[in-house]
Amino acid sequence: MTETPPNVVLHVADVFKNFDGLKALSDIDLQIVEGTTHAIIGPNGAGKSTLLNVIIGRLPPTSGAVVFDGTVLTGMSPHEINQRGISRVFQTPEIFADLSVLYNIMAPAFAKRDGAFRINMFRPVEDEAEIREEAEKLLHEFGLYDRREDHAGALSRGDKRRLELAMCLIQRPRLLLLDEPTAGMSRHDTNTTIELLKDIKQRGMTIVIIEHDMHVVFSLADQISVLAQGRFIASGQPQEVKDDPRVKEAYLGVPAE
Amino acid sequence: MFSFTRKQFTMLVVFTAIVLTMPIWLSPLGAAYPGLMQKFVIYAIFAIGFNILFGLTGYLSFGHAAFLGVGSYTAVWSFKLLSMDMIPALFFAVIFAGIFALFIGYFSLRRSGIYFSILTLAFAQMSYSLAYSVLTPITNGETGLLIARDDPRAIDTMLGVGQSTSGMPMPSLMGFDLTGYSGFYICALVLIVCFFVSQKIFASPFGMALRCIKSNQTRMMYTGFNTKPYMLTAFVISGMFAGLAGGLLAVTDPIAGAERMKWTESGNLVLMTILGGVGTLVGPVIGAWLIKYFENIFSAINTNMLNSFFEFLPDGFQSVMVTVMSKFVGEGWHLTLGLVFVLIVVFLPGGLVEGTERLMRRFRRSSDKPRSSVSSAASEERS
Repeated sequence: MTETPPNVVLHVADVFKNFDGLKALSDIDLQIVEGTTHAIIGPNGAGKSTLLNVIIGRLPPTSGAVVFDGTVLTGMSPHEINQRGISRVFQTPEIFADLSVLYNIMAPAFAKRDGAFRINMFRPVEDEAEIREEAEKLLHEFGLYDRREDHAGALSRGDKRRLELAMCLIQRPRLLLLDEPTAGMSRHDTNTTIELLKDIKQRGMTIVIIEHDMHVVFSLADQISVLAQGRFIASGQPQEVKDDPRVKEAYLGVPAE
Repeated sequence: MFSFTRKQFTMLVVFTAIVLTMPIWLSPLGAAYPGLMQKFVIYAIFAIGFNILFGLTGYLSFGHAAFLGVGSYTAVWSFKLLSMDMIPALFFAVIFAGIFALFIGYFSLRRSGIYFSILTLAFAQMSYSLAYSVLTPITNGETGLLIARDDPRAIDTMLGVGQSTSGMPMPSLMGFDLTGYSGFYICALVLIVCFFVSQKIFASPFGMALRCIKSNQTRMMYTGFNTKPYMLTAFVISGMFAGLAGGLLAVTDPIAGAERMKWTESGNLVLMTILGGVGTLVGPVIGAWLIKYFENIFSAINTNMLNSFFEFLPDGFQSVMVTVMSKFVGEGWHLTLGLVFVLIVVFLPGGLVEGTERLMRRFRRSSDKPRSSVSSAASEERS
C-alpha cells in the first residue's frame, strides 16, 4: 500500500471487486486530494458506477479498502459513511418525492445536526428557524425558492437534479460524489449545472465526478482518471489525459501507434 | 414542548369541541349511548396510533389487534393484582404493549412491504392462538379474564379502599366512578391527549423522518439517517397507542378476551385508517367512528324499522324496498360497509379527508374564473 499524503481525503487502496468471477474492478488505487475535483471517466461498462458504489458502502469490495480521512469505510453502512461527511448525487435523482421541496432540503440538515437517529418529537419543524433559513438560502441559490411548497415529485428532471445537489450541499460534506450529474439534461441545463458546480468548487469542496460528457469533465476537473475494463489506464491532469494514446484507444477503438 | 402553530392550535380546539359534544350531535344519529360513545373514542385512539406507523412510514401492519389484546389483559391483571384505579392499569397496559411491540417490531421490521405485513399477521395470530391454549393461566382462555371479589389488589388493600362496597368492584379514577358518561368523558380526554401527541409527532423532525422513509429509503440512508431505529420507534409508539386503547376497553368493561386479538380486528383497523384517510391527522378518527357506527347502528336495524321507514310508499313498492334494503342492514351491514369502502377507495383515493379536500379544491377552481390552462395544470400536478 502506498503512503498516504496528509492532504488526501479519500484513498481507495488496492480495491478489487468481482461479481461471480467477473472482474468488475481490478487493482484500483485512487487518491483524492482535498479541495480538488477529480473526474472518473471511461466507456460504458468500465466499472465507474461499481467504483462509486464501493466508495459509498453500497457494495463491499472483494479485497482492498476505502480510507476516508484516516478511517476505513469498508464494512460501514451508507448512513455511517454519510455521517462522516460523504454525500452522494445519484444518476437518477433520489429525492423525497412526496415531501415539499423545502422539507427535502431540511431533512438532510436534520441528519447532519442530530445524527443518524434522534427522537425529537416535541419541537415542530416549523420552529427550527436556523435550519429553515439555511434551506431557504440554498433554495434561492439554486433557483428553486418559488417552488418550495410544491411536492418534489412534481419538479422537472433538471430541477430534481438541482434539488438533490442542494440536499447534499446543506450537509456541508467533506466529499461530494456526483454520478453523471448532467445525464439526460439539455445543453442549456448542462451549462447551468456546470456553472453551479464551478461555484461549489470555488468554495473549496472536494468533488469526485463520474461523467460521460467530456465538455463537463474538461470544464470542471483538476484530475482525471480513465477507467477501462475495471482498471485505471491513465491518470493525471486533463491535458495529459487528453493526449494519452491509451485513452484514445479505449474511447475510439483506434490502436495506439 | 407546547409550541404550536396557529393552524394546529385551531385544529386541536375544534377537535376537542367535536369530541366533547359527541353526546349532542350523536343523538339525532341514534348513537348517543355512553357505552357506544366510549367505543367510538377508544377505537379512535387505536386508529390514531396505527396511523403513526402506517400513515407516516407506509409500513402496513396486520397485527395491531395483538397489542390491543395485550393492553386489555394487562389492565385487567392490574385490576386484579394492584388496584381498581385506572391509572396503574393504563400505565402498565401501555408499557407491556410497548415491550411486546418492541419484540414483534424488531423481527418484523427486518422485512418490508408484503413480507412485513405477513410477519405482523403471523405474530398476531400466534398470540391469538396462544391466548386460547398455552397461556390460559394468564388469559383464562375462552371465558376471558375477569375480575373477582377476592382478588388480592395489593395497593387497594394497603390503602384500605374499595373493600366496603357490596357486589363486584368497578374500575375507578381516584375513587370516582367510571360508569356511563363519566367513563365516556375520561376516555374522551385521553383521546384528546392522544390527538395532541399525534399532532406533535406529525409536525416534528421525527415525523418528517418517518415520512422520508415512506418516500424514499435509499435517499434516507444516503442522507445519513439510520432508518431501522426510526421505524422501530414508530412501531413501538403505535403499539403503545393500541395498548392504551386496549387498557381503556378494560377500564370501561373490566373483561379481556382473546377475540380482541383476532386478525379481523387488525383488518378493521386497516379499514378505518384507509376509509378516513391514511397519513392525515383526523382521517383515522373519522374512519373509526364510521366503522363503529355501521357495526353498532346499521347492524341493529331490522325489518320492522324498515317497514315503518318506508311506510309512505305504496304497498307493493314498500315491500320491494324493504326486501332490497334489508339485505344491506342488520346482518348484512358488512355488505354496506364493503360497498362504502369500495366506493371510497375508487372515487376518493386518499380517504374521506383527502378526498373531500380534493373535491373542495376542484369545486373552488371551477367556480373561480377560468385561468390559463398552464396554471391549472401546475396545480393539478401539485395535488
